Amino acid sequence: MSSNVIEVRNLWFSYEKEPVLEDVTFSVKKGDFLAIIGPNGGGKSTLLKLILGLLKPERGEIKVLGKPPQKVRHKIGYLPQYSFSNTSFPITVMDVALMGRLNRRGFGKRYTDEDRKKVEEILKRLGIWEYRNTHIGNLSGGQRQRVLIARALAVEPEILLLDEPTAGVDPEYETGICEILKELNKEMTIVLVTHDIGVISRYVKSIACVNRKLVFHEEGKITEEMIKMAYECPVDLITHGPVPHRVLPEHK
Amino acid sequence: MMWSALHFEFMRNAVLAGIIISILCGIIGTLIVVNRLVFMTGGIAHSAYGGIGIAIYTGIPPVFGAAIFSLIASLIMGAVTLKDRQRADTVIGVLWAVGMAIGIIFVDLSSGYNVDLMGYLFGSILAVPKEEICLSAIFTAIVIAGVCISYKELLAMSYDEEFGIIIGAPVRLLYFLLLSFTAISVVLAMRMVGLILVIALISIPPYISENFVSSLSKMMFLSCLFGIFFTLSGLYLSYCFNISPGASIILVSGTAFFMSYIKKLWKKK
Repeated sequence: MSSNVIEVRNLWFSYEKEPVLEDVTFSVKKGDFLAIIGPNGGGKSTLLKLILGLLKPERGEIKVLGKPPQKVRHKIGYLPQYSFSNTSFPITVMDVALMGRLNRRGFGKRYTDEDRKKVEEILKRLGIWEYRNTHIGNLSGGQRQRVLIARALAVEPEILLLDEPTAGVDPEYETGICEILKELNKEMTIVLVTHDIGVISRYVKSIACVNRKLVFHEEGKITEEMIKMAYECPVDLITHGPVPHRVLPEHK
Repeated sequence: MMWSALHFEFMRNAVLAGIIISILCGIIGTLIVVNRLVFMTGGIAHSAYGGIGIAIYTGIPPVFGAAIFSLIASLIMGAVTLKDRQRADTVIGVLWAVGMAIGIIFVDLSSGYNVDLMGYLFGSILAVPKEEICLSAIFTAIVIAGVCISYKELLAMSYDEEFGIIIGAPVRLLYFLLLSFTAISVVLAMRMVGLILVIALISIPPYISENFVSSLSKMMFLSCLFGIFFTLSGLYLSYCFNISPGASIILVSGTAFFMSYIKKLWKKK
């Protein structure tokens, strides 16, 4: 029980009348690398926002590190869904990454050298240290995504929650980001959301599929049940989709 | 010729008021632009007219009436934006119009037109009293201190509100504080360029500055400089050609805005 970093029990949620999530129950073990897959509008991002305590469950319970999300969310490194909207904002790579240190310094206090050292270490690790003084708008999609991952890591999180980490990233950088996450998984639990079962599913340890309901598979296999639940036409997905062979169970 | 204008006391006051308000608008305006609150600020400015009408009717100083009324309007708009994001712009538009309507009716009900209403609508920088300049200076000092203290939290809120909430920045509190400070700034700037034109003074300098800087604090600083430049050149033009100072300031800013906009489009190609 204590090894579960996230526990979700009988969770219901709806924005309007129609439920977006229906009786969702699952838990994430410490050190897990979980991919939450499912179609657009299936409730993946909603589920992440519930885990972060940005939304309140209608029914059911969510515990993060054994506590309500609002109490511990500053220990979660969060990568929001990719958006182009804020690229003209006047901010440098360094300043974005430093934001992850915000709760360590009280109101009215500045970031310390320790914060800058930590961020330097992270930026170097992600290969974007040379861009530290670059305006965020002058970076490519893949670089910007790394900056936001750096911000999430600057939190020194116990859990990393990533919403579509490879969206807006050029395919050649996608594997790079996946490799980084694999490395990071040695130190922390990772939960990521993705709408395509692409490159990333080769790296994960377990998979959950969300389309209003949630199906969980601990060994990281995409079962037929998941595919049927998630997509209208499973045959189409298997023949055309970039599903790595390893994650598919044998067909009988 | 340029310096001869400064022989008049009202001109010296106008220059002083212009500089102070430009600094205030440069700082608050930067936060308004990056938080995409320009439309809401327009609503706050216009609804202030309701406060002016009530103040004239009840005999209290119009500036206080406007300040209280726009403060209330800003808090209502803020609350609506959080509760009903989808239709927040509609509600702001309605408050905008209703505020003005209240103002018009109370002015109608007041006996005699001894107050220069045009001054509130289009500005009267040449007639700004000394006490109001003092008030603006004090308020500007408070704003500068506030921004210095909460800079990193303001930055987090403005850049990524959601992440700000998660990391523990008091985003809600800062949001309402920003709106209240906006309300007061709008009322103080209104004396200079009028409530109809104030939105330009608040949004144009930050918009232009954003193209040249890579940090929020530099954007604030540059906005102040642009604002001072626009205000003083507008004031000078109005003195030379004997035209309205408020409108001159806005036209100078507007010209700069379009030049910067065209340059930006050009660069994109």
